[in-house]
Amino acid sequence: MKSILKIMTLLFSASVLLSSCGNNGKSSGNNSALNSSNAEKVYVAPGEYDEFYAFMSGGYSGNLTVYGLPSGRMFKEIPVFSQFPTTGYGYSEETKPMLNTSFGMVPWDDSHHPDISQTNGVLDGRWVFINGNNTPRIARISLKTFETEEIIEVPNSAGNHSSSFITENTEYVVAGTRFSVPVPQADLPINEYKGKFKGALSFISVDKETGRMGIKFQILMPGFNYDLSHPGRDKSHGWFFFTTYNTEEANSLLEVNASQNDKDFIAAINWKKIEEYVNNGGGTKMPTNYAHNVYDEHTHTATSTMVKEVLTVNPLDIPGAVYFLPTPKSPHGCDVTPSGEYIIGNGKLSADLTVHSFAKMLDAIENKKFDGDAYGIPILKYEDILAGVVKSGGLGPLHTEFDDKGNAYTTFFISSEVVKWKIGTWEVIDRKPTYYSVGHLMIPGGNSRKPFGKYVVAMNKITKDRYLPTGPELEHSAQLYDISGEKMELIYDFPTHGEPHYAAGIPADLIKGNSQKIYRLDENKHPYAITSPDQAKVTRNGKEVHISMAMIRSHFTPDNIEGVKVGDKVYFHITNHEQDFDVPHGFAMIGANNSELLIMPGQTKTLTWEPKQVGVWPFYCTDFCSALHQEMQGYVRVSPANSDIELSWSLDGE
Amino acid sequence: MKKAGIIMIIGSLLLMGLFKFPLWNIMLGAPQYPEPLGMDIYIDGIKGVSEFDLQNIDGLNHYIGMKVIPKPEEMWEFSAFPKVIGGMVALGVLIGILGFMGKVSYKWFIGWFILMSILGVLGMYDFNQWLTEYGGDLDPHAIIKVINADGTPMTYKPPLLGYQKMLNFDVTSLPHTGAYMMFVGMMLTIVAFFVGKKENKRA
Repeated sequence: MKSILKIMTLLFSASVLLSSCGNNGKSSGNNSALNSSNAEKVYVAPGEYDEFYAFMSGGYSGNLTVYGLPSGRMFKEIPVFSQFPTTGYGYSEETKPMLNTSFGMVPWDDSHHPDISQTNGVLDGRWVFINGNNTPRIARISLKTFETEEIIEVPNSAGNHSSSFITENTEYVVAGTRFSVPVPQADLPINEYKGKFKGALSFISVDKETGRMGIKFQILMPGFNYDLSHPGRDKSHGWFFFTTYNTEEANSLLEVNASQNDKDFIAAINWKKIEEYVNNGGGTKMPTNYAHNVYDEHTHTATSTMVKEVLTVNPLDIPGAVYFLPTPKSPHGCDVTPSGEYIIGNGKLSADLTVHSFAKMLDAIENKKFDGDAYGIPILKYEDILAGVVKSGGLGPLHTEFDDKGNAYTTFFISSEVVKWKIGTWEVIDRKPTYYSVGHLMIPGGNSRKPFGKYVVAMNKITKDRYLPTGPELEHSAQLYDISGEKMELIYDFPTHGEPHYAAGIPADLIKGNSQKIYRLDENKHPYAITSPDQAKVTRNGKEVHISMAMIRSHFTPDNIEGVKVGDKVYFHITNHEQDFDVPHGFAMIGANNSELLIMPGQTKTLTWEPKQVGVWPFYCTDFCSALHQEMQGYVRVSPANSDIELSWSLDGE
Repeated sequence: MKKAGIIMIIGSLLLMGLFKFPLWNIMLGAPQYPEPLGMDIYIDGIKGVSEFDLQNIDGLNHYIGMKVIPKPEEMWEFSAFPKVIGGMVALGVLIGILGFMGKVSYKWFIGWFILMSILGVLGMYDFNQWLTEYGGDLDPHAIIKVINADGTPMTYKPPLLGYQKMLNFDVTSLPHTGAYMMFVGMMLTIVAFFVGKKENKRA
């Protein structure tokens, strides 16, 4: 209780300090010469390209945003876990299955930790993965089309937070549960949490060629909260590290009851060992139910398959596979240096960082230097595995990233700063304030063997006075620091969309050349696609009316449709016949209870419309596609339910 | 006249490049087309520089009422030109061989060159005629009708050679690899003529 009081006091005094600073104190110390050289560093001239892509999680927007660095310009919002009426994602018939889960359609999620695929520990720029935290899911996004291609639900998990981090050859994308739950789910008194709840750590395999995901195994761990994770790399490749909190196994008022143990654990998982065990027939198949949703680029359609079984592993069945590394103060971020030697526990209720040594860990394991066990899992001795402690002088360390010169950068939420320190000597080299209360930070390639240590982006939780005010709700703020020199230099500040928790950055050259321009019409395999306007047709199947329509600058074929009746369900299957870069067309139908469609060249999308009123109702193109965009429109005549008007359709009377 | 004969043969054979490379190229750039659209004109048809360029040029042309770019079977030129070029290559090689063997005079070389030049000029004339017709034969119901300052309707003939601004488009029309190979080949036949003349004198 005392430590909580202490933090409250600190927070309070911090807020007093901040408010007393006022508006003008924000960038004190900057002179104009410095400002202009900083401006040059972030200036990307009109028509020029940024050096890096940054993929920022949308947090409670459920999506992924694409930014350029150093300019801080946002290029795109990629819909992932949330319905997106802008494009029709999650509303169109083709994409509704993407959001299917064992709970039915879940049209939203909380996206957290993007991670880019790697080969040999180096970014390869093929896919970016991201986790849905609320209804546990992992998504894979293509870096060719910049569209979500696959979403897999994670059963036995809740609060999918220590996710979605990938191993160094993209063998696995790993998803750990933050909330432990009964596994399998059961009707239990909540206060029987302790000992009965489990924490599932899921290893989802990724196909080398297609990227297709499948849950290979789930490790059923003790009922702690698995907060964050990172893969071992290089020398520690084959291991995975998860921070835990609530090793107290409290089930209520966790802010107090889960903050009692002086040390929680980092769980070290030898996944290669477990993989081998599973490949030899180990593990238990458990009945379950989860959705696996896959989008096909050629049919432009997603399918959702319910999977009924998952392979679970009891860590006690595989001696030597799992160990606990005691780590002080409810560690949050769990970060591994590019060399793979050091595992950093960011003890969020502490001022210090704990650095464990992988070599010492292996040594302690070999010599069986254990300090008891937790539910049968050996606990290593803190002193035996400790490589060092970073005495930071900051408060509330959350996350650490690395550059390519042997330095680490840690964010401090409570003291609102980024601290640069030296790996190996643990000495603090520099510290710079953030605005305000920084969460994650990102260095392009920071989660790989090969970081590109030119910039660090700090992603803050509190914005307050950084930009022109926009009422009570503000976008979050991010700061960009130049880290090419000994001292960090704050060079830019920009708002970010949603709540970016983590981000993944990559040199633009690794992906910009692969970015697709159009979908080929001659490869369109959508069952209702038409590849030539003379195939346009309207057919009736009971109360369902299917319209196969074409769109090209600047008309729809057909654009006059009659014979639709009140009570019908009309399916507009629309194919964009353009084969020219950046010529999408939109489709909007008056009174449609869903969204619009934004259809890319060569693509087919379907919107449903259930006309409720007799009349002649217009539709139009929503994307200002051409000089004749305003003319890109049409009408549907809706007759009474008992009318005997036959279906007919035309363009220009033909 | 061995040397001259060989040069004549090589010169004639360079015309074969026209079967592989474009004769002419027209590029259309605009603010919206930072990567310009382009047409490569071959002796046997027109192709897009990028895969969908012709479709996209046609798409834009429909606004100003231009006809779609002709397919090879829609123009006699695309079946006649390959035959003419093939015939001239055969003739040139034959003259070269006969010259090599000393059966014909070096004057045949310049004769071939003159004939080829006449055919070339005729070809260019025909090509220009087609450009004029194609650029001027507009649909009376065209979506966009632009009137020149003198009150006549604007036509859209691309330049035969060089640059021209047409509405929002920068149009550049230049010979391409095939034409350059033909040019070099024809020059070689002149060289063959002079070399032949020299060899003839020495003999």
